[in-house]
Amino acid sequence: MSTLSVNLPAVNVDWRLPSRGRVGMYCLIAAEAAIFTIFVVAYLFYIGKSAIGPTPKDVLHAPIFYSVCLLSSSLTVHAAVRRLVAGNMAAFARFWLLTILLGGVFLFGTAREWAHLISQDGLTINTNLFGTTYYSLVGLHASHVTIGLLAMITVALFYFGQRLQREHAERLEILSLYWHFVDAVWVVVFLVVYVIGV
Amino acid sequence: MSPTSILAPASTPADSIFGLSIFVLLNVAAIFIVVFALLAYVLVRFRNNGHDDQKEPAQIYGSTQVELAWTVIPVLIVLALFLAAAHVIASVQNPPRSPGALEVTVTGHQFWWEYRYPSLNIVTANELHVPLSDPARPAPTFLTLLSADTDHSFWVPRLAGKTDLIPNHPNQMWIDPHEPGLYLGQCAQYCGTQHAKMLLRVYVQPRDEFERWVHEQQQRSQAGNVSAGQRVFESTACVNCHTVSGTPAKGRFGPDLTHLMSRETIAAGASPNTFQMLRLWIQNPDAIKPGSKMPAMGLNDKDLDAVTAYLETLR
Amino acid sequence: MSANTIAVPELPVSRPFTLRLHEWVTTVDHKRLGILYILFALVFLIVGGIEATIMRLQLVRPHNDLVSPEVFNRMFTMHGTTMIFFVAMPMVFGFANYLVPLMIGARDMAFPRLNAFSFWMSALGGIFLYFSFLGGDGLYGAGSAPDVGWFAYAPLTAKTFSVGHSTDYWTLSLLSSGIGSIGTAINIIATILCMRCPGMTLGKMPLLVWLNLVMAGMVILAVSPLSAAQIMLLIDRYLGAHFFDTQAGGSAVIWMHFFWIFGHPEVYVLVLPAFAFASEIIPVFSRKAIFGYPVMVLATIAIGFIGMSVWAHHMFTIGMSAGANTFFVLSTMAIAVPTGIKIFNWVATMWGGKLRFDAPMLFCVGFLFQFLVAGLTGVTLAVAPLDWQLGNSYYVVAHFHYVIVGGILFCIFGAFYYWFPKTSGKMYNETLARLHFWLFFIGFHLTFDFMHVPGVLGMPRRIYTYEPGRGWDIWNLIVTVGVVFQAAGVLVFVFNLVWSYLRGQAAGNDPWDAWTLEWSTSSPPPMYNYGVIPTVRSRRPLWDLKHPEDPDWRYE
Repeated sequence: MSTLSVNLPAVNVDWRLPSRGRVGMYCLIAAEAAIFTIFVVAYLFYIGKSAIGPTPKDVLHAPIFYSVCLLSSSLTVHAAVRRLVAGNMAAFARFWLLTILLGGVFLFGTAREWAHLISQDGLTINTNLFGTTYYSLVGLHASHVTIGLLAMITVALFYFGQRLQREHAERLEILSLYWHFVDAVWVVVFLVVYVIGV
Repeated sequence: MSPTSILAPASTPADSIFGLSIFVLLNVAAIFIVVFALLAYVLVRFRNNGHDDQKEPAQIYGSTQVELAWTVIPVLIVLALFLAAAHVIASVQNPPRSPGALEVTVTGHQFWWEYRYPSLNIVTANELHVPLSDPARPAPTFLTLLSADTDHSFWVPRLAGKTDLIPNHPNQMWIDPHEPGLYLGQCAQYCGTQHAKMLLRVYVQPRDEFERWVHEQQQRSQAGNVSAGQRVFESTACVNCHTVSGTPAKGRFGPDLTHLMSRETIAAGASPNTFQMLRLWIQNPDAIKPGSKMPAMGLNDKDLDAVTAYLETLR
Repeated sequence: MSANTIAVPELPVSRPFTLRLHEWVTTVDHKRLGILYILFALVFLIVGGIEATIMRLQLVRPHNDLVSPEVFNRMFTMHGTTMIFFVAMPMVFGFANYLVPLMIGARDMAFPRLNAFSFWMSALGGIFLYFSFLGGDGLYGAGSAPDVGWFAYAPLTAKTFSVGHSTDYWTLSLLSSGIGSIGTAINIIATILCMRCPGMTLGKMPLLVWLNLVMAGMVILAVSPLSAAQIMLLIDRYLGAHFFDTQAGGSAVIWMHFFWIFGHPEVYVLVLPAFAFASEIIPVFSRKAIFGYPVMVLATIAIGFIGMSVWAHHMFTIGMSAGANTFFVLSTMAIAVPTGIKIFNWVATMWGGKLRFDAPMLFCVGFLFQFLVAGLTGVTLAVAPLDWQLGNSYYVVAHFHYVIVGGILFCIFGAFYYWFPKTSGKMYNETLARLHFWLFFIGFHLTFDFMHVPGVLGMPRRIYTYEPGRGWDIWNLIVTVGVVFQAAGVLVFVFNLVWSYLRGQAAGNDPWDAWTLEWSTSSPPPMYNYGVIPTVRSRRPLWDLKHPEDPDWRYE
């Protein structure tokens, strides 16, 4: 078999293209943003349209503390990656575990809120339009937080198994992009559910 | 000529759409002829005649003027079509409400049409009667479109474009037919098993005929001797779904039967309204419209005959 | 042996079937996954065609009783769902998978394992959808196959109106293939942005690569809303939620918005790769560079953007305000401009060329005529008042089949013949290919030209039978006759592929004297595509090599 050689004399090209992982993560974020947008649109569309049952004003209390926890975790994950880039493994681990903790506290807060809504306020996903849109939007966000936490716990396990290296900083930075996205979504959800919708 | 052709309009909305479609067709046909001719010419003129001289033709990479021209011209055509469309949209969707207008509420069901004339106290089903409208003294009919279950669509092509009946989303449309006669159509939004046999029949009647029909529809049933068939009707499940005004039958799930015999068809046009077909419908609806919501009533022959005979008295 | 290939020890010819099967099932190679996608799509093309045939036989005359209304309703639902999600999408992804890395001088896609995962999620979706025929009542009466139409309007899909699990087969199978689609789209974008060979700036990529880049972007933005809506539907049906529950104040219309925000960009997802094939084939068979490359790129991007803003032209009859209707007329008309321009660019490419009408070009020429007509009927439908009459009628069915079959499928056939020699190393039989073309062309026009007429005469879609005396009978008969020719054409096509694969003549590297990078590799390419990653200087690197006295990079 024969093939044409296409090695044209290299015109002086400084050839650098973006990293695959980064582009892939941005695309994933775009797709997830589109999904969240639909749930947000449904939430906004149905504000005030419930025929019966508890209204947002009746039962919602803005989770300021837990939101602060979640949004701070963006800062801590950023700090963790910076430490890893610098090679400071112990500091990296501290910030990384702090991120996981803050995310876990946020989820705990959501669970507490839901337990109260279900048992005390009688609001479930099938109570009315508010219940439907609230649980699905907040739940979709919480599921994304959970996935992020699972990924970060996996990284922590690698760290404790002595397998995490400084060279992995880029990958962890890409993972932290996902985490920043999840936090950004929370800003939107918070505004829509606890500010606009009440 | 097809009784459901969009090219034979008999009412203003359908007329407007027809006029617009001629304008659009002319534009589109012109574009087609020009591009088709260009393409055909290119195929013939530049065919490789196997001269096999291995020379490649001149490589032309583009031309700003040409590309500008064939961008600007389509933009102008598109603009013209858009303006024409916007004009008709406005005229059809925002009609003037004249004092002679008739209001009818249409509720779509799986798989039949319910008609209520609130100002005339009339309830009927499947066959819509409207007055003739004279362009000099318009008597349009405004339809409010509701649905009791899934999505439907009211489409009588010679009278107007279709408008959907969507639950929890009332819609409005209007017609002003200027030729008397029977206009046909059918449901145009898939609504379930028997979507295909949810037919429309619109009777456009001159003013005096229409008034006579209204008067007949406004009559209540005569209270009198209850026939055997009426007893069967009122003691079985019939009354759960059907209304016969002036009697205990007050069901709303199925069509109002008070003036059943004033209709030419049954089962939303699926069958002519004869004794045999009516009897068959009650005995075994699946024989006429499999998947309709009318259950087989499980009556014996004697009761079947009696009930059918009773229904035949509902004029 | 040139510098671009590396000697690989030949594997023994007769490896056990199980070993070869295992290699295919576990492959992460973009070329093999591409072929798997395409074969999968071909199988479902035949299945979808059978469903269409059943429908056409039922509609050949009024009041026919070949199949019950229940079975017919399952047929049109399954036909639409199959053709869009399990034929057209896999075809598009299969060709993209195979060609994009080769055309940009890369060795594989950006994420090979994600690639395999995405394929198998799509395949799982297809298998699951068809399991619905068996799930429930079994095959007679067509089991639990969904019967809600391929766009599954609410509230017909609510538990009340769709008892049992047929709707859930629709939802779950499409959620699975949706995950596959998004995965592949991510892969395509990352590959194109991050793995082009040196010298191949964005302005020097083949048009096929551009078109697939924009297509992938649209998949990411469009398939996600569908997935979101389907999750909402599942929550409604199983957790008692009220997203589309009109009895509780929910909205049937919001389903329509969510669906068509997917549904309209979806058709551009399908057509942009068809444009890609035409943009590669027409220049080669006209012996000229594509006319107006920069504008073709800009028009593609414009279609990508505007295409996200036209969705409610599928909803002109639902009772939107005059203002909303007018806006969507404008946006839909706007998208006609960049789309139409492309036709002119292709014709200008042919102008002054030396046209050869081998099978790939035959199909592309058919595409040009038919896409012209399809685009024009689309313009008529964009005029909302006309849509009030023609919408949801057989005129619309004729229009979109004209685009998908007359436009997209014709380009796909062209692409099959064009790249078959590259993927298999064998040449297909040209006589059989032309027989395929003419049979299918005649059948296509018999069916879809005349299908416009019943629409104009008032025949709605999705009806299992119709009344005599409305003037629809003769047209339905002609439409059904066309099916025979199309089926024959497809059979000839499949036979040609199989026969040529087994017995065809060796094709060589570059049977068409073409100009993009894939033609510099062997046929079929080695597993690693390029021994040495090429460097390019223009849009047609092989033209530069073949015409060193007049290279493209002087003019670009």
